[in-house]
Amino acid sequence: MNPQYRAYHPRWYRKSVPIFWWLRKRSYAAFIARELTSVFVAYSAIMLVVLVLAMDRGEAAYVGMMDWLATPIVVAAHILVLLVVLFHTITWLNLAPMAIVVKLGDRKLPASAVLMGHYGAWAVCTAIVAWLLIWR
Amino acid sequence: MPETVTLEVFRYRPEEESEPTFDSFEVPYHAEWMILDALNYIKDDLDGSLSYRWACRMGVCGSCGMLANGRPVLTCTTYLESLLPGPIRIEPLEGFPVIRDLVGDIGDFMGKLAAVKPWLIRDEEKPVEEGEYLQTPSQLDDYKQYSMCINCMLCYSACPIYRLEPDFIGPAAIALAQRYNLDSRDQGAEERMDILSQHDGIWGCTLVGECTEVCPKGVDPAGAIQRYKVSATVDYFKSLLMPRRSL
Amino acid sequence: MDSVTHDVLLVGGGGAGLRAAIAVAETNPGLSVAVVSKVYPMRSHTGAAEGGAAGVVRAEDSLDAHAYDTISGGDWLCDQDAVEAFVEEAPKELTQLEHWGCPWSRQPDGHVATRSFGGMKIERTWYAADKTGFHMLHALFQTTLRYPPITRYDEFFVTRLLVDDGRCQGVVAIELASGRVQALFAKAVIICSGGGGKVFPFTTNANIKTGDGMALAYRAGVPLKDMEFVQYHPTGLPFTGILITEAARAEGGWLLNKDGYRYLQDYDLGTPEPKPVKRSMELGPRDRLSQAFVKESQAGRAVSSPYGDVVHLDIRHLGEAEIDKKLPFVRELCLKYQKVDPVHDMIPVRPVVHYMMGGIDTDIRGSTALDGLYAAGEVACVNINGANRLGSNSLTELLVFGARAGQSAAQFAASQPTPSAALMAQAQDEERRLKLDLLDASGPERVAPLRKEMQAAMEAGAGIYRTEAGLTEAVETVKGVQERFQRIGLYDHSRTFNTELVSALELSNLLDVASTVLESARARTESRGAHQRTDYPDRNDDEFLAHSLAYRSEDGVPRVEFKPVTVTKWPPGERVYGKQTSDA
Repeated sequence: MNPQYRAYHPRWYRKSVPIFWWLRKRSYAAFIARELTSVFVAYSAIMLVVLVLAMDRGEAAYVGMMDWLATPIVVAAHILVLLVVLFHTITWLNLAPMAIVVKLGDRKLPASAVLMGHYGAWAVCTAIVAWLLIWR
Repeated sequence: MPETVTLEVFRYRPEEESEPTFDSFEVPYHAEWMILDALNYIKDDLDGSLSYRWACRMGVCGSCGMLANGRPVLTCTTYLESLLPGPIRIEPLEGFPVIRDLVGDIGDFMGKLAAVKPWLIRDEEKPVEEGEYLQTPSQLDDYKQYSMCINCMLCYSACPIYRLEPDFIGPAAIALAQRYNLDSRDQGAEERMDILSQHDGIWGCTLVGECTEVCPKGVDPAGAIQRYKVSATVDYFKSLLMPRRSL
Repeated sequence: MDSVTHDVLLVGGGGAGLRAAIAVAETNPGLSVAVVSKVYPMRSHTGAAEGGAAGVVRAEDSLDAHAYDTISGGDWLCDQDAVEAFVEEAPKELTQLEHWGCPWSRQPDGHVATRSFGGMKIERTWYAADKTGFHMLHALFQTTLRYPPITRYDEFFVTRLLVDDGRCQGVVAIELASGRVQALFAKAVIICSGGGGKVFPFTTNANIKTGDGMALAYRAGVPLKDMEFVQYHPTGLPFTGILITEAARAEGGWLLNKDGYRYLQDYDLGTPEPKPVKRSMELGPRDRLSQAFVKESQAGRAVSSPYGDVVHLDIRHLGEAEIDKKLPFVRELCLKYQKVDPVHDMIPVRPVVHYMMGGIDTDIRGSTALDGLYAAGEVACVNINGANRLGSNSLTELLVFGARAGQSAAQFAASQPTPSAALMAQAQDEERRLKLDLLDASGPERVAPLRKEMQAAMEAGAGIYRTEAGLTEAVETVKGVQERFQRIGLYDHSRTFNTELVSALELSNLLDVASTVLESARARTESRGAHQRTDYPDRNDDEFLAHSLAYRSEDGVPRVEFKPVTVTKWPPGERVYGKQTSDA
């Protein structure tokens, strides 16, 4: 007999959630990794703002910024950031058909169409930014 | 093929112990046996005190959800064969307080289900004498998938958010709300928006996606939730930019 | 002991119970309604029904046609006034359920679609893909959530009716989660707890179909009507007994013996056509199809399988697209439970116990002989199904008679005084009995072996074909099991969610149901519909155009009496299938 048991009032067992719950399953770990990529996205956004601020502070500041960006360690780090942000973008875009279901009359647009639409839009935006940066 | 297979079954006897234990049972192996057949054998022949829920044994009532080797499954549709060589660990679904052995309390879900108003809401009801509301097969397809939910709670067990944030409404409740939102006969989307667009409503979901992975009926609750996030956001901006139109 | 009081109390939360609860709430919103179920309502066995629900809706159909099909399908044992009321209300109830959200399958123009079904002359079976019961149950359950007067007592097992002053005034129930025994008083009680297929070992029924409500009423002195009529569904999967819906045949499936021959043509069920012909061949009534199987098996023409004799259900010629559209659940079940893909292979099937036409004796308003006690659904016997139920009448029956019983109970409850305090003494007696006789029981007998012995006796003695000798032997065996049940012992003496106690209670209910089935079968010395006696092979309208009523008696042997069938428009005729019949 459990002395803690009160007649007709059994204590329900509640399992506690371990801190490293996400290590238990591959899909959970992948999920956490995906979520952590948002840190890298935030970093990229901040980097952009810093760049603009440097431009605003005059030529010397801007050149200094460019020199810093060109150092091998920073280049390597930023390549890593680029790869992670690409991973973030691709996993994000791949989920688009789940969230957007388009119906034309009686028929549903196939998921691949929604997906291609998103990748297409990404390609167009990249092309425009590339043209602005490289050719102008 | 082996003659027998071992099941390690979670036991919780609140009148005898404060902590759960595991009991080990050796059951005959048959190629056509599901986990449920093994549990029934244990109860009928080895230990009549094992408590668990089951009813239809054909995957439609949703009673028999449990963890098999850590994965939420319906024990009546999972062959022992798929879990060989064993030992096979059987535990109650996660996320729900355990009453006894493999029986968890699902009262939290029942309350959340009622809270999303899972019934047809209409501004005006048509009298029955005038016949049915018309709905084309294509309109039926819009929500049919979400109507297949058997309330088995495997999705709640798989969802880590539900364990970390117990107030989260959860996958099945939102999928069922969507079942009505997308039903062409329903006019209650606005009414459901209040509870769904709260912090513990759809926005609690961070798209882990495990719910859809484990759903035995292909309901895709993760999809339902993300779709609602998009439509709720669009509706929100519409209501800001355009005068409220009466439905 | 704690008690609660409501105006109307439902025992059972399946299709009939939920419909009745809504009916009470709509008839009189001031009444408080309790739905007491041993499982959560979504788990009720209504959810396993697949084929459809019948209701006249086509222009070329008529209420008389539906009634005639039902009455002839029931081998003229149906009460025709009840059938007339049933067919009239059927389309309204099905439309009402549509208004409550049920996702009926549709025609391209948006109207509800209908399909043909066994024994029906015209398409009148409404369906929701091949999961009609599932969608009906969830539509009803979710609709009950919008009525504040409805309170649910989930996972409460009712063990006894409280009767005082000639009226039923409530129930005693065990709250399974805690083991607490509770008195629930009510001014009217409606039993909707389903049938008792688990008296047999091989059944489509879920584990929970244990005839609890039938036993409750029986022990309170209410007779059980027409219990000998047990329906075997012709197509169940061989090992599990899982139902393969009649819709598979309605859409065009064929039943083939080991020579690939459509054997039903040898049993006066018509000639084989490539497309399904209504009321013919595979669309004949269930009792005749099951009986044909037995004869084929006895003649050695059935297919041998590791689980005994089977025949083949062939739907390959329908094509994958049609199967995925109309019979997706059938395909899913075959793949999962039989490891067979019906698109490419034939499905092994055999008859399996499916439905009890008999049950608590009620009139067409759902009332029983006990004031304040009502019943609806499979647990009740009105009798609209007669000696053999036509497929798709049962789901409609839940709605029509669930609503009727709810309305009747609401009207009755409004005029009754609050239940008396004398009932508390009865409830406390029951609590004592449950503890001493069951919870603390430590005799040598165990639940599972007793249950299996009873089930084996029922299969042998009360199967598709019965004899006096077989029935008598089964009676003796069941009596023996009942005696040994008095010396039951449980492994589990705890209070918290004790499912062994529940199994023991269910077994005692099954034993009562079994003995009424056997005694009623013995008393009916004729063959009619699903009750076939090889020692009395003909139908005998002179003596037996009557319902059997099994009453509980002191010595434990049910006392069987007969009361005549109500005939209004359709004098007893011959059941003709497979030929052109003249309209009734």
